[in-house]
Amino acid sequence: MLAMACLILLLDLFVKDKKRTLTFVATQLTLVATAVLTFAMTSADVGYTFSNMYVGDLLSDLLKLLLYLTVLVVLFYSRGYILEREQMARGEYYVLVLFATLGMMVMISANHFLTVYLGLELLSLSLYAMVAMNRDSVPATEAAMKYFVLGALASGLLLYGMSMIYGATGTLEIRAVAERLDTGQVDRTILVFGVVFLVSGIAFKLGVVPFHMWIPDVYHGAPTAVTLFIATAPKLAAFAIVIRMLVSGLIVVSSDWQSMLILLAVLSMAIGNVAAIAQTNLKRMLAYSAISHMGFMLLGLVTGVVGGDAPFVSISAYSASMFYVVTYVLTSAGTFGMILLLARNGVESDDLDDLKGLNKRSPWFAALMMMMMFSMAGVPFFVGFFAKFSVLQSVVAAGQLWLAIVAVLFSLIGCFYYLRVVKIMYFDQPIDATPIEAPMDMKVLISANGLAVALLGIFPQALMSLCAVALLRSL
Amino acid sequence: MEFKTFVFYFLSAILVFAGLRVITARNPVHAALFLVLAFFTASGVWVLLQAEFLAMALVLVYVGAVMVLFLFVVMMLDINLDRLREGFWSYLPLGSIIALLMVAEMGMVLGGNYLGFLESGVRQTAADESNVQAVGRLMFTEYVYPFELASVILLVGIVAAVALTQRGRRKNKAVNPSQQVFVKARDRVRVLQMPAEKRD
Repeated sequence: MLAMACLILLLDLFVKDKKRTLTFVATQLTLVATAVLTFAMTSADVGYTFSNMYVGDLLSDLLKLLLYLTVLVVLFYSRGYILEREQMARGEYYVLVLFATLGMMVMISANHFLTVYLGLELLSLSLYAMVAMNRDSVPATEAAMKYFVLGALASGLLLYGMSMIYGATGTLEIRAVAERLDTGQVDRTILVFGVVFLVSGIAFKLGVVPFHMWIPDVYHGAPTAVTLFIATAPKLAAFAIVIRMLVSGLIVVSSDWQSMLILLAVLSMAIGNVAAIAQTNLKRMLAYSAISHMGFMLLGLVTGVVGGDAPFVSISAYSASMFYVVTYVLTSAGTFGMILLLARNGVESDDLDDLKGLNKRSPWFAALMMMMMFSMAGVPFFVGFFAKFSVLQSVVAAGQLWLAIVAVLFSLIGCFYYLRVVKIMYFDQPIDATPIEAPMDMKVLISANGLAVALLGIFPQALMSLCAVALLRSL
Repeated sequence: MEFKTFVFYFLSAILVFAGLRVITARNPVHAALFLVLAFFTASGVWVLLQAEFLAMALVLVYVGAVMVLFLFVVMMLDINLDRLREGFWSYLPLGSIIALLMVAEMGMVLGGNYLGFLESGVRQTAADESNVQAVGRLMFTEYVYPFELASVILLVGIVAAVALTQRGRRKNKAVNPSQQVFVKARDRVRVLQMPAEKRD
């Protein structure tokens, strides 16, 4: 993967092609080849390498395959968009995407706090640059600057937390930390101190309240293609590091981080859903919805170890979370893909008004968008419903009824703005009535994405059990 | 008092003084120079702890590279300090409350155990093994994977910096010799026919 990224960088030097077709194709081929490699090396047992810094298990394999798929789809979606923009249609864009993907792979199969940190930095550094790619746009530059400053602060917090944990346990290897904690001979105050910093750092990267300030600005300011990328793939990796660090590393102090995560989850569901109502910009609205979704996902993690560490309960709760993340990534890829599709001819169309009367302009795309919105809102028989349902189930199973009630209440509030999008599409008069044209590959792909949302809603069992098996084998 | 302890307190005093001056100095260049002094004394403290690799890295990387760049930037930017200071007094109450709260929280969490740290002695290394060697060996054996990753991060930094700053190919000003040879006088000099004007 790394080798290919370097190769593509060199290749790009010699390719004069305006469209960068070769770079594009090479990037996609790399992703496919890595996916095949990962798939071929998938094994049921857990393997460690690089002096226990790298772990290969079913969880990492599954997440990586999903990651490749997401990045592949994202690149297909964004191709048309970045070709229309002079500044972004360069080889560096693809190279940065590949490096970010590499960073996420490192995060997913990290077994050492140091590798978690390095993978995270690799990812964020590429993302900062990608946000700033469109240099002539003031919002993009501002977003990149904010993202960079706040991201650096969060990395600092994370690193500080890690160093505290090192101080308490004398090791940075995640399994060894867990073992050391089991013996009970650690300085608890330093450990808790470290965990606080660690959780804040993670919360920033996930973008949950009160560390959410960057999300709306970055989603709004960044070029839509980059927003699509930020909104999808890194969520998978962030989920992986949460599982690795908190669940397999610091399970002993779970009572400490659980209460923190509950607070974060409730706050982000509240603020995310309520603030989204006031937005007129579609990207900003989706940013707030991302905050609330991440809060919902944390709920599943919170309920993992209640009830005497029964392994069955915890696995089902984590797999509910994982299912939630996967479906969220799928749905938001579709939604942002749709925004990209509408943003043709160099004009952004990310205001809610631009969606007016989409049904008259293109009934099929309107129907697809409706599916995405219903899925995000959690209307039954779309995949989002089952994701929410399984998380709530695990919350109730953990005996925290009030949390489940709060979550349902806030998702009801959230329904309002998703359904408003549907209303705008179907019942408002279009501003310009030109029908929407899209290239064939885009049409096919986005239809497949929409149908996947619907089909997984009807048959969620396969993916759900896949998540459960992967977690069961890995934890 | 042992000589080592004396040196430690001496260096620490300079360090604290320099650190204070960094944030209180009015002139940014002075502040940067005090930061250099702080780094230098900190590296002295490292040497006392027998961590000569860290000491060298601190001097080479921070004093040698980072601070020089920093000084350049400070000198080149014409920062209006008075304008920066304007908001100071209005933000002071809120800022100090937050700072006090954070200090109190940290104090509560850490409690009295903090003093326990000072007791733990540094393990003495054998005289014949320098820790530069030890760091090098570890870096290329056990920690080779993170080390490689760090290099990839640097590569991304380069790519990103180039992607963000390079604006297309610059107009090439080199001359083409073969075209120069074939140049004719006609192309260079144009003779104009102008009617002569009579002076009054």
